[in-house]
Amino acid sequence: MVSIFWREFSAFLSGLIGYLVIGVFLVLLGLVMFVFPDTSLINFNFASLDQLFDIAPWVFLFLIPAITMRTLAEERQQRTLELLLTQPVTTPQIVVGKFLACWALAALALVPTLIYYYTVHELGSPKGNLDSGAIAGSYLGLLALAGIFCAIGVFASTLSQNQIVGFVLAALLCFVVYQGFDYLSRLPVFVGRYDNFVQLLGIEAHYRSISRGLVVLSDVVYFATVAGWFLYASVVVINRTQR
Amino acid sequence: MEILLEHLTKHFGEQAAVSDVGFRAGVGVTGFLGPNGAGKSTTMRMITGYLEPTAGSVTVGGRPAWPSTPEVRRLVGYLPEHNPLYTELYVREYLRYTAKLQGVSRVNARVDEVIEQVGLTREVRKRIGQLSKGYRQRVGLAQAIVHDPPVVILDEPTNGFDPNQLAEVRRLIQRLGETKVVLLSTHIMQEVQALCQRVLIIDNGRLVADDPIERLQERIAGQTTVTLLVERVGNLALLEGLEGVGEVRRDGHRLTVGVQGAAEVRPRIAELAAREGWGLLELKLEVNNLEDVFQNLTRQNKPV
Repeated sequence: MVSIFWREFSAFLSGLIGYLVIGVFLVLLGLVMFVFPDTSLINFNFASLDQLFDIAPWVFLFLIPAITMRTLAEERQQRTLELLLTQPVTTPQIVVGKFLACWALAALALVPTLIYYYTVHELGSPKGNLDSGAIAGSYLGLLALAGIFCAIGVFASTLSQNQIVGFVLAALLCFVVYQGFDYLSRLPVFVGRYDNFVQLLGIEAHYRSISRGLVVLSDVVYFATVAGWFLYASVVVINRTQR
Repeated sequence: MEILLEHLTKHFGEQAAVSDVGFRAGVGVTGFLGPNGAGKSTTMRMITGYLEPTAGSVTVGGRPAWPSTPEVRRLVGYLPEHNPLYTELYVREYLRYTAKLQGVSRVNARVDEVIEQVGLTREVRKRIGQLSKGYRQRVGLAQAIVHDPPVVILDEPTNGFDPNQLAEVRRLIQRLGETKVVLLSTHIMQEVQALCQRVLIIDNGRLVADDPIERLQERIAGQTTVTLLVERVGNLALLEGLEGVGEVRRDGHRLTVGVQGAAEVRPRIAELAAREGWGLLELKLEVNNLEDVFQNLTRQNKPV
């Protein structure tokens, strides 16, 4: 599994895709936070990173499927999956290795945003006037959200040997899991009775909860379960090709 | 070490790709012959644990190949058909990766050894995508033997080589066959004659021949015929009565005479034809080669 992780991860960094993903992520966030007047925190007069944590999930919604789309689709297309499945590694090891590599790249993209934290910390009046606990929680929430997106992306990549299909499916599924349930909960059938429950099926509610700086067991369980379920589904789909 | 297949069957939906195939292969090179789509690759995929058999079983060194475990996979080296590779990786990088997946202990030393063994030293600094077909095939071979497995499954390993490279790679495969169980699929007959101690022929998913190479060559000897073209066809019983002559078939003025054993019958036939005044126009010896045997077997599809 370690070998598969490193092979995937170094493939990101030796090719264009890794730098592209990190670059696009930072450029978009930089524009939103410091340039676009409607959202710029320089006009905003509050020492917070709320914009970052509002926008980052949406950027991830497109970027993570771009990271994950090749993971298994390419192995299928190049027929190297056959080779991989006859090596002494198990299917779960293959899936988890690839998942972790994607997640690590997403996490790597987050690292430079710590500069934003430093900037806001320095710009605050008085200096350092920002809620570091909430920000730490938000980062944790963002990481967890990226984890689910990666698991969804790997799963979508197992479904077809066409990478574009993998990308589109992953983006759609990520959207549904991230915001879809929230919107669904506003349907008249659910309002007042099950809306809270439907909302809790989506990532949004849990992400908000962690972003307040509060790490609750139920949220952790939620993130682990959803990511785990998609990884399990990936294993099932791959094993089915051996039938 | 041996591989044992018993009543191995694989269906894809309604279609039977492999039906009731059974054989045992020990150390040495076993050739696996058949026309395209006969079921060679499917059988090999079941031996490597990539595909689940519909019925029957495969064991490698006494361990079942399905459900496949890392332990049994470590016993097998596999070069799939079409030689799939990660074209963006460098030769050494790729071999190191597979060596690590295989749990090889001294990765770098072993990778260098294999690179030399398959004759890749000159091309080692290139990306796999930059290599010619023959060198890519060597990378595929290197990958299959990097963990020094006792069983090596090669699906059409000599695709893409020029004649010089071919001789080199055949020598390598022969050397592998001295200590390992090597199963090699091909549709090139000379290859089988050059490399294999034993030949399995598969057609329409069924095994139609399983012979040591000598036996197969005997079959070839047994299929020598003499054809003669005559002006007047006389009493064929006289011809059949000649020593070393088997069955005689007549097609107008053309006679086909089966030859028994390795006897030279042409002078006797010519003498007879002259004596009886048949007016011999043509006399030709036809030796059936392995190709004909193969074609006969796979056309008739008669289990042997």
